[in-house]
Amino acid sequence: MIILRNRLLERGVYMNIVEVIRLTKSYENFIAVDNIDFTIEKGEVFGFLGPNGAGKTSTINMLTGLSKVTGGNINISGIDGVKDIKKAQSIMGIIPDESNLYSEMNGFENLCFCASLYGMEKEEREKRAKELLKQFGLDNTGKKPFKAYSKGMKRKLTIAAGIIHDPKILFLDEPTTGIDVESARQIRELIVDLNKKGTTIFITTHYIEEAERLCDRIAFIVKGKIVQVGKTDELMKGVQRDKIVQFTLDDGILDIKETLQKDFSHYKFEIINDNIIRIKSKENISLTPIMKYFDEKGLSVYEAKVIRPSLEDVFVKITGIEVSKMNKKGGKK
Amino acid sequence: MKSWIAFWNILKKDMKNYYLKPPNISWGIIFPVAWTLMFFIKSESTLGIRDILPGVMAMSILFGTTSMLAVTITFERKSCSFERLLLAPISLNVLMLSKTTGAILFGIVNAFIPVIFASFIISLSGINWFIVFAGVLLIAITSTFLGLFIAVSVNEVFEAQTFSNFFRFPMIFLCGLFIPIQSLPIIIRPLSYILPLTYGADILKETISGVGDIPIWTDFLALIVFGIILFSISVKNIKEKWIY
Repeated sequence: MIILRNRLLERGVYMNIVEVIRLTKSYENFIAVDNIDFTIEKGEVFGFLGPNGAGKTSTINMLTGLSKVTGGNINISGIDGVKDIKKAQSIMGIIPDESNLYSEMNGFENLCFCASLYGMEKEEREKRAKELLKQFGLDNTGKKPFKAYSKGMKRKLTIAAGIIHDPKILFLDEPTTGIDVESARQIRELIVDLNKKGTTIFITTHYIEEAERLCDRIAFIVKGKIVQVGKTDELMKGVQRDKIVQFTLDDGILDIKETLQKDFSHYKFEIINDNIIRIKSKENISLTPIMKYFDEKGLSVYEAKVIRPSLEDVFVKITGIEVSKMNKKGGKK
Repeated sequence: MKSWIAFWNILKKDMKNYYLKPPNISWGIIFPVAWTLMFFIKSESTLGIRDILPGVMAMSILFGTTSMLAVTITFERKSCSFERLLLAPISLNVLMLSKTTGAILFGIVNAFIPVIFASFIISLSGINWFIVFAGVLLIAITSTFLGLFIAVSVNEVFEAQTFSNFFRFPMIFLCGLFIPIQSLPIIIRPLSYILPLTYGADILKETISGVGDIPIWTDFLALIVFGIILFSISVKNIKEKWIY
């Protein structure tokens, strides 16, 4: 069965590169990961989203071999990820949530050293290290030791070290936590580029927007259990019940609210502030009569836009946890 | 082949980052010299340099290896860079052997510094250097694995140093280097025989000063057994404590 699956995987027919079945992790009386199942398709960006302490890092640690599995099975590209983790590690790139390269060594030395851990020959690893330094915009750091790098640079070099051996699957644990906006943007671009080149990516994050922007599919984990898993756009469709159109107008919305509701009784109106109003309906919203109404009332319309549900709405609906509270807790999970 | 590339590069990295740093080189030289001078001045009237040489060599290895390994492993563990090694596709045995080889080499070099100094002062003829080297190698291996055992048992560098002293100082006084085991109180004597340094010191005393107490093959066998036990316990502890 495994041989057949491997052959299909090589030919690109069999799509799951990771299969997790009834995975459990417990520490004495505490269950960190509770009987979870999910698959990751070859070539996709799979997001693992959840609040602090949900079990994200425990899961990634079990998948990468840094933590023992209490129960369940892991299959990574046809390799038993529980019994034969060392073999599985050779096709994985692992980027932990903290930059853990060697502080005394410069970028080039760090990358060459990491490549050697995967058995790469000297010439090959030096060539690849130079390529990556250039690709990540770190080729001008010269002989600067890693400890002298900025946080963003450290993060980029850590990602470069994780992909130096050209892994089939890349595990990223909170890749943009604790770094500046510009570096975070660059890292997101790098992740997109890597994925375009065919690398399958497993990413844990507690930044909803990041997951929305990067992931093809997402699993929500809360208190060690996966509460929802699906394609990002499908998850968002799932929460949309009403059609919503938002208008930005002159001041004076409050004056017309009552007559508006009377004239358009089949719609619901929600005033956001003095000049923003939302119209909600189960049916499609016809804009022309409303625009005409505003015109008759002497109100100028500056903007009209359709409001789609965000992943944040999905998350709040599924977990009941306010995203602002989740992000406030900061870097660690 | 791939494991060998990883092994060699971990060793090279450790040598460059830790063992060949100027403070460690100077420590590696000054420490054995200080021991040599201290014992020579103190024991000038009763003991010759040749008599104290085995003790100074053994102590240089013991202190050099345990100190360095406790620091390097604990430091890397603390800075999370050790996780990078645990996540590499190499077996834990190969990984730990590569991490300890640097300390073993450091211990061997430390052992021969007092020999070099002594060679300028006294004649060292009639010594079987092959057996001395084999003894030094085994002392370095067991001391390093003792250092590994200590490093795996603690979380902080200062804890490693404190815990090392808990083993090192009693070992010096109980291993027969300076106080013959037969002169120790009978109740303490069994302790001497469960210390690896007792057997290492006996090899050096027998070969350099001709005053060994235990058959030399027993010494070698005991050191090999100690090495295997300490390494196995350490690797088991790593699996249990660090791959939690």
